[in-house]
Amino acid sequence: MVTSDGNRAAACQANAPAAVRNKIEIRDLRLSYGKKEVLHGVSFDIHENEILGVIGPAQSGKTSMLRCLNRTIDFTADATWTGSINVDGEEVGRMRNVYELRRKIGMVAPLPVGLPMSIYDNVAFAPRCSGMKSKSELDGLVEKCLTQAALWDEVKERLDSLGTKLSGGQQQRLTIARALSHQPEVLCLDEFSIAIDPVTTMRIEDVLKELKSEMTIILVTNLVQQARRLAARTLFLWEGEIVELGSTESMFGPNPKDKRTFDYVNGIFG
Amino acid sequence: MLARTGRRKPSTRSVWVVWIETAFEWVIRLCGISAILFVLGIFYFVFSKAAPIFFESEFSIAEFLFSTQWYPTSEVNVRYGVLALIVGTLSVTLLSMLIAVPFGLGAAIFVSEFCGPKLKESLKIVIELLAAIPSVVWGFIGLTVMKTIIEKTTGAEMGLNVLNGGIILALMSVPIIVSIGEDALKAVPDSYREAGIALGATRWQLVYRVLLPAAKTGLLAAVLLGVGRAIGETMAVLMATGHAVNIPGSLVDPVRTLTATIAAELGEAPEGANHYRVLFMVGVLLFTITFIINITADLVIRGIRRK
Repeated sequence: MVTSDGNRAAACQANAPAAVRNKIEIRDLRLSYGKKEVLHGVSFDIHENEILGVIGPAQSGKTSMLRCLNRTIDFTADATWTGSINVDGEEVGRMRNVYELRRKIGMVAPLPVGLPMSIYDNVAFAPRCSGMKSKSELDGLVEKCLTQAALWDEVKERLDSLGTKLSGGQQQRLTIARALSHQPEVLCLDEFSIAIDPVTTMRIEDVLKELKSEMTIILVTNLVQQARRLAARTLFLWEGEIVELGSTESMFGPNPKDKRTFDYVNGIFG
Repeated sequence: MLARTGRRKPSTRSVWVVWIETAFEWVIRLCGISAILFVLGIFYFVFSKAAPIFFESEFSIAEFLFSTQWYPTSEVNVRYGVLALIVGTLSVTLLSMLIAVPFGLGAAIFVSEFCGPKLKESLKIVIELLAAIPSVVWGFIGLTVMKTIIEKTTGAEMGLNVLNGGIILALMSVPIIVSIGEDALKAVPDSYREAGIALGATRWQLVYRVLLPAAKTGLLAAVLLGVGRAIGETMAVLMATGHAVNIPGSLVDPVRTLTATIAAELGEAPEGANHYRVLFMVGVLLFTITFIINITADLVIRGIRRK
């Protein structure tokens, strides 16, 4: 098993001149809630240090896919999945230390969830969970993450106030800071801009472009233009199947491989 | 006719709907205010029955609060000191809470967060059944089962004591703490759980870092209701504590509580007599104790909220 994974990675490296390494490999992922299958065998790779845009209408399985990735799907009682998800050559389904996996993958939910604690504690939550105690270390990390999430200047005076009292857009940036706090290798953003104004969205998008050099970013978005602005490659998911995965340039160009892609990104779908 | 329809046109709602709405508003307002009225009414009633005792020469408030001599029916020297009864009530309540709070909150956390859906359903049914057992049945268990167990395990001469009453009260408060506590935890939005888990928290870290702080107000309410039940409980403690006026030196000493004293003696005290009035005074005291506990808890909650 290990050798074949190694071979696969080696093969990928040999093929791609720019030494693209696959961070995540998903093979034939099928997910059902009860008897209803919502992902019908999805296979694709996510390269290291890329921004992969994931677009598609509601109910197309975008969020469910992310939840499989960090195995929070385990907490949905009737959800079952088959297939393989490989993160850094490790099979997610067979991982024993699932907490480590979740620390490796930062997750930002569509609606901001400020945990009912101070701003500082919100960001320090994950590092504390993994055992970081030193005050100075935490202070540094909290400042770094809040700065990365373009929130530091607005909250540095009131780190002790409740995170839930921030405005919606600020809370969303707080959740981004929180997702960054455990220094993830993969950052999943699930429609992060749903509750944020366009100006802040642009600021965060700039941040994401910088973060790309440090981590792999999966950007699930309903705003096709957002994927166009940020992602090098885009995945179009529709009703639990991949319609097309390709370079953003070609997918948003006049001649994508699938007609449905053209229709969707140009807003003439259905 | 024409004029009338013309006048009615701007308002699309009929007069009746407006009337009914106003009526409902008043009914609901009355329901809300009635709680205050009832509390004040009860307090007035109890206090007015007790008040004349202040003008009696054989009663002094200092003796009442700080003497352990409770001889309300003595022919020679009547003494009304309830200190032993206060200590009795507090000791039994404290012991029961020491047992019931960790046990009840632990069970609430287990039921809400750790057990599977099937076990959860059956546990909840059993717990609610436990809460529905009448207190006299609990007293009966204390009087027979628990008494023997305590006598055998601790070697105490008398199995009816602080320990017995404390355990029985704990068993009675646990179901309340569990069901209210479980409700409080259930009220924490699932998005908190998902967020915590996605950040790599283990189940236990999730519980004490996220859920307990988020549900603290509800959990405190659960504990308070448990305390309320323990302090106010009469029949079970009357049967289980041994009913002896005594400041307990150890867990296996018998005590008597304020509530049990009222229940046991009020029937024999002639109406309007000093003994009768003092018993009402004991009622006022109970009132005050629960009042203080509620106020303290309220302040604690506010303190937590401000932080």
